[in-house]
Amino acid sequence: MALVEIDKLNISFDGRAAVSDLSLSIEKGESFGIIGESGSGKSLTALAIAGLLPDNAKVSGSIRFEGAPLPGDERAMARLRGRHFGMVFQEPMTALNPLMKIGEQIGEAAELSQSGADIASLIAEVGLLPDHAGRFPHQLSGGQRQRAMIAMALASAPDLLIADEPTSALDTITQALVLDLIAEICARRGMTLLFISHDMRAVAALCTRIGVMRTGQLVETGETQAVLRAPKAEYTRKLVAASRMERRATDRLHGDPLLEVEQVSREYGQGGFWPWGRTTLRAVDKVSLTIAQGECVALVGPSGCGKTTLARMIVGLDNVSAGQMRLDGQAYRGRDLPPLLRAGLSLVFQDPFSSFDPGMTIGQSLAEPLHLLGNLSSAERATRLHDAIMSVGLDPAMLDRYPHEFSGGQRQRLAIARAMVTRPRLVVLDEPVSALDVSVRGEVLNLLARLQAEHGLTFLIISHDLDMVAAMADRVLVMEAGRIVEEGKPADLFAHPQHALTKALMAAQLPDITETSW
Amino acid sequence: MLPKRATNAMRHLPPCGGGREGGQPRPGFPVTLFILRRLLTFAATLFVAALIIFILLDLLPGDPARFILGINASEASVAALRTQMGLDAPAHERFFGWIAGMVRGDFGISATQRVAIGGLIAERMAVTLPLTMMAMVLSMLIGLPLGIVAAMRRGKPADTGLMILAQTGIAIPNFWFGMLLTLVFAVALRWLPTGGFTPWHENPGAAFRGLILPGLALALPQASILARVMRTALVDVTGQDFIRTARAKGLTRSEAIWRHGLRNAFLPVLTILGLQFAFLIAGTIIVENVFYLPGLGRLIFTAVSERDLTLVRSATIVLVLAVTATMFITDLLYTLVDPRLRRQNA
Repeated sequence: MALVEIDKLNISFDGRAAVSDLSLSIEKGESFGIIGESGSGKSLTALAIAGLLPDNAKVSGSIRFEGAPLPGDERAMARLRGRHFGMVFQEPMTALNPLMKIGEQIGEAAELSQSGADIASLIAEVGLLPDHAGRFPHQLSGGQRQRAMIAMALASAPDLLIADEPTSALDTITQALVLDLIAEICARRGMTLLFISHDMRAVAALCTRIGVMRTGQLVETGETQAVLRAPKAEYTRKLVAASRMERRATDRLHGDPLLEVEQVSREYGQGGFWPWGRTTLRAVDKVSLTIAQGECVALVGPSGCGKTTLARMIVGLDNVSAGQMRLDGQAYRGRDLPPLLRAGLSLVFQDPFSSFDPGMTIGQSLAEPLHLLGNLSSAERATRLHDAIMSVGLDPAMLDRYPHEFSGGQRQRLAIARAMVTRPRLVVLDEPVSALDVSVRGEVLNLLARLQAEHGLTFLIISHDLDMVAAMADRVLVMEAGRIVEEGKPADLFAHPQHALTKALMAAQLPDITETSW
Repeated sequence: MLPKRATNAMRHLPPCGGGREGGQPRPGFPVTLFILRRLLTFAATLFVAALIIFILLDLLPGDPARFILGINASEASVAALRTQMGLDAPAHERFFGWIAGMVRGDFGISATQRVAIGGLIAERMAVTLPLTMMAMVLSMLIGLPLGIVAAMRRGKPADTGLMILAQTGIAIPNFWFGMLLTLVFAVALRWLPTGGFTPWHENPGAAFRGLILPGLALALPQASILARVMRTALVDVTGQDFIRTARAKGLTRSEAIWRHGLRNAFLPVLTILGLQFAFLIAGTIIVENVFYLPGLGRLIFTAVSERDLTLVRSATIVLVLAVTATMFITDLLYTLVDPRLRRQNA
């Protein structure tokens, strides 16, 4: 008998279908993965199993757990959920109660399910230290929080573990550790796993059977390898193709140095009311690098290594504590970058949703950097906006619309258009595609490669996505704890990593979806 | 079958707790340091407030000595009184003399009432402080539950009704409530006195009864604000991920809100409560006049109209002290409730 049986599940909001006619069954002890892009209905399906759908959702169809339909009564459903399901969500910071200690939160789950689980042993099982129980969520790192979340899910000794994008908010190395942990625990406890992700590699590494969802429908189900190696559905084929990064960079000739960073450090004073009690945190530590005209350089490293701090100084959003930078030979220390020179630098942020002011039209947002160029005539401004939006392949009529009217991929294109409007020479891209769906990533990277070729742009890409870096960069710099520890061409560097961090980053790479051996 | 290990990253890295993923263990933060720093800010605020009050009252046209002695007094007697009152001394001496006196507990002598100001203020505070406290407690007792009910029944008729009521409560000034309450409960029903105050030592019960209607008049607008803030805060919290987590653990929606939502929703409410105390204190000036209560507000009101500047000055600084002290306590409570602030504040 299947543990979970879903029959013709339909979920809709205000008459709009979010999940339609979905039927699937999850066997006891198996690990089932659902792959899908944002808005595909994969998370809603998981929430429906747990009875956690929003109030305004209209549901039809049936979900059976261990042969019995899910109870309609809220309290009964809550108790069933508490005893039999464990859930791990995407963002461990917001998924934990900020005012309660980790141990108490795990204890609450144990108490509610009356499982009698021992908190100390749960904490040990997920690889946390005993004193982590007494800490608050904000006192843990992202990976530790997700471990705490897993401990909480395990507290009820559940039959089914539902993990909804459990590693998307974590960096590569932490992601690998957390995925290992989930696999190990499921194997040890013989627990059934429902794993939901947009990351095909993560799903392939963890699941024996997968379903692919698109706009609320299950387009394909089957053994992981069968589906990924020989996809039957057109959509799966497209997804598999999109998840392979092909090298876009060509070996271009590079010009003179455009940006020189000379022995730059950035220190922050930390915690101290009394001046003598202060300690300094060195976020960036004597970094030197040179980027030539027309080059694409990638800066990789785990979260907190100082990549973003360095980028902020380069584009003039922050000042160096020591050292200096030169753009086109002109020295600057950060915010003292003169406006005209500043116009030669642009920054594209990771999250295209929060990097636009929701109250401004796209045209207003795009025109903002133009003040750096002094007084432009309105005709000149209009031409600039027109050129910028055309260059990213969008329609100038969109300039009058507001950010919420665009999809993630479109917004990232608009963010790139905003970066292009001053006709910069160096564009700094901070995780330019990590917030985007797999199928859109390729398009945005193609766009970047095209813009670089057409306008002779120089790129500095900050990322921890090694695939993307390998596809785009001419040169890779590896950063750890504020220092650049290794540098080289992507092909050489990734084939023969020297530094421990580069090795760790390589090791944390999830195997290619069709390479996973069973 | 599940793979034993999806990747081999573990071999290259230490287990979490140390190293890259572990992050630094964060030491407990010294609460005393925070309190000390807030105390310094507290003292600095009082000093600046005293300076502003002093300068403003000193700048006022008119000679207090002349005002006391009347228009027909001779120049000589006015000069004598000025010397006696210490008005001849340079401004900075008078300012620091005033501060030093207050630190010793000597607030000076009221020019109009001819008694020690310290005693006068203490006597009046015995009315104003309980009145403010009562208004504070009443506004919480009325506002918070209504806000919670509205949030729990969001979008339903109860919510809409309560929020219309709250809107009305905010729009209507407290003295009007005062008159309305007097008409209903004192004049028509005769449950409570219309005004006036029996001193605590004579009849504590009567004193308490005398404060109920003014307290309610003060509390109603504040309760309306509290209800709205409480509702919004709770609605915000209800949409947060950790409420979903709590439900995933096996709680129903309302259980999750009670156990996890309320305490989180209380954070913004606490800010408003701190600010409300200041409004309540200011509100007493009007309400004490409406209900004819011998409180600090009435004292200041009379002192201003009689140009008793020494009294105005000292009574005002006592009000400032009360408000600043509330802010200080609010800050401490914040740190108690929210562990995240303990570190940032250090």
